[in-house]
Amino acid sequence: MTTSANTAIRVQAATLADFDVYKVRADFPILARKINGKPLVYLDNAATTQKPQAVIDAMVHYYTAENANIHRGVHTLSELATESYEQARATVQRFLNAAESREIVFVRGATEGINLVAQTWGRANIGPGDEIVISAMEHHSNIVPWQILCEQQGANLRVAPVNDAGELVFDQFEKLLGPKTKLVAMAHVSNALGTVNPVRKIAQAARRVNARVLLDGAQAVPHMTVDVRAIDCDFYVFSGHKIYAPTGIGILYGKAELLEAMPPYQGGGDMISSVTFEKTLYNRLPYKFEAGTPHVSGAIGLGVAIEYVNSIGIDRIARQEKQVLAYGTKRLLQIPGLRLIGTAREKEGILSFVLEGIHPHDVGTILDQEGIAIRTGHHCAQPLMERFGVPATARASLALYNTIEEMDALAAGVEKVREVFA
Amino acid sequence: MPDLRDLYQDVILEHSKRPRNYRTLEAANRKAEGFNPLCGDHFTVYLQVGDDGLIRDVSFQGSGCAISKASASMMTQAIKGKRIEEAEELFQRFHHVVTGKNGTESNDLGKLAAFAGVSEYPVRVKCATLAWHALHAALQGEQHAVSTE
Repeated sequence: MTTSANTAIRVQAATLADFDVYKVRADFPILARKINGKPLVYLDNAATTQKPQAVIDAMVHYYTAENANIHRGVHTLSELATESYEQARATVQRFLNAAESREIVFVRGATEGINLVAQTWGRANIGPGDEIVISAMEHHSNIVPWQILCEQQGANLRVAPVNDAGELVFDQFEKLLGPKTKLVAMAHVSNALGTVNPVRKIAQAARRVNARVLLDGAQAVPHMTVDVRAIDCDFYVFSGHKIYAPTGIGILYGKAELLEAMPPYQGGGDMISSVTFEKTLYNRLPYKFEAGTPHVSGAIGLGVAIEYVNSIGIDRIARQEKQVLAYGTKRLLQIPGLRLIGTAREKEGILSFVLEGIHPHDVGTILDQEGIAIRTGHHCAQPLMERFGVPATARASLALYNTIEEMDALAAGVEKVREVFA
Repeated sequence: MPDLRDLYQDVILEHSKRPRNYRTLEAANRKAEGFNPLCGDHFTVYLQVGDDGLIRDVSFQGSGCAISKASASMMTQAIKGKRIEEAEELFQRFHHVVTGKNGTESNDLGKLAAFAGVSEYPVRVKCATLAWHALHAALQGEQHAVSTE
């Protein structure tokens, strides 16, 4: 591509009328710092996102002015903390368009949400010979919990293939579905490739064989509108820290009727309504699944992070990220010897690539010297790396604050890598 | 701020592109695998050790980054013809240099002194020592794969 074409795209993105990326960047204090003497170019957002001042302030405010345990005190602070915590739940409910707030369970992250479903719903509903269908692009967190469950219950894991572009091969997926299929567990968006899976079609196909559907939304919620009722999935999980919230907090959405019927996950305080040594009665939803003192400040931070995203508008964020992705894709493809892994028609802001003759680790170290943070490795998706015949990739992943200029910096950094290894 | 050239010295780049003794060893009587599960780097080190404790031949195969591959390549050159104890002792000194331990002179390491720059990049120490850990396991007669984690 010519320089003038690059400039044309740059102008187009800079003039996105309703999104001022530089104003947004000012909301994230860490983006002002330097790394190795260079301005930070943070492109590791699929691993974790940076936090806006509003989220940091909310957590500081909680510990400064409202800190107390929830759901048990009659004193003022406990009431305040409980109210903030439950407000955050309501914010998440609206964000996912869940029917009721009791369908929103606070967990540590997407990983814990999946493990919760595997060990409660799974152990109660999966039996010998039953099948769980996943895809070849799953993160280890959507593989291993099902392997553990299959081992426990004598069930079988089936894996739907992906094509060379990194898309689910839908007819092959459908062929795996049958009377033995009890669950389809799939990523909404692939963390290693950016592929967006056709989740409504997946859920419809699963319905036809009366299978339940769990979606791993960790890489989807920061980038697109998610409506769990429109998708008609049974479970949906995501991690707060990938959508500008703190680490250690995440969400399990489950349809109320399913959550009601599920046995509890962990036993302890708050998840009971009464305890005697003869018989314990479990609490109502969602508290049945929230044993022990939860991550109150994290939940509050998550609520504020979602309000922050809403204040900008997820559709605007999506448009901005698509522009930067399109530009970044073109810039990287101009580099000789660079191969993009993951070229799905429907994809989110992930640029996974390999350079001929240069290991991703070396790419990561040299880019870091330029202040550019990317992830290198197998991205917790080793079976997927095997599918593409690479041990690892270098991965740049986008968030709402990334700019066209940062894609130029990335491309220049990769050119520098090639110089070092020339 | 560390200079990239301290890490990617010419001799390291050269060995990463043209690794020496990069083959399987038919006559090997000891071998061990080294594996870094974080990045997928994976090497097998082959040794032919005489009854007199001399390393008569050594080779390696596998995949990894420039640092790990160059380190493996230069390791095979450095230990060929050495006694087992000498190779182990060299590993100790090499390890001290790449981890930046005080009081370690890198000038008695010969060409391997090129890896001193690794000490400025702590996350890359595992890369530089991967093949050496496999060597150590092979010399100890351990059959299982060694892991950096």
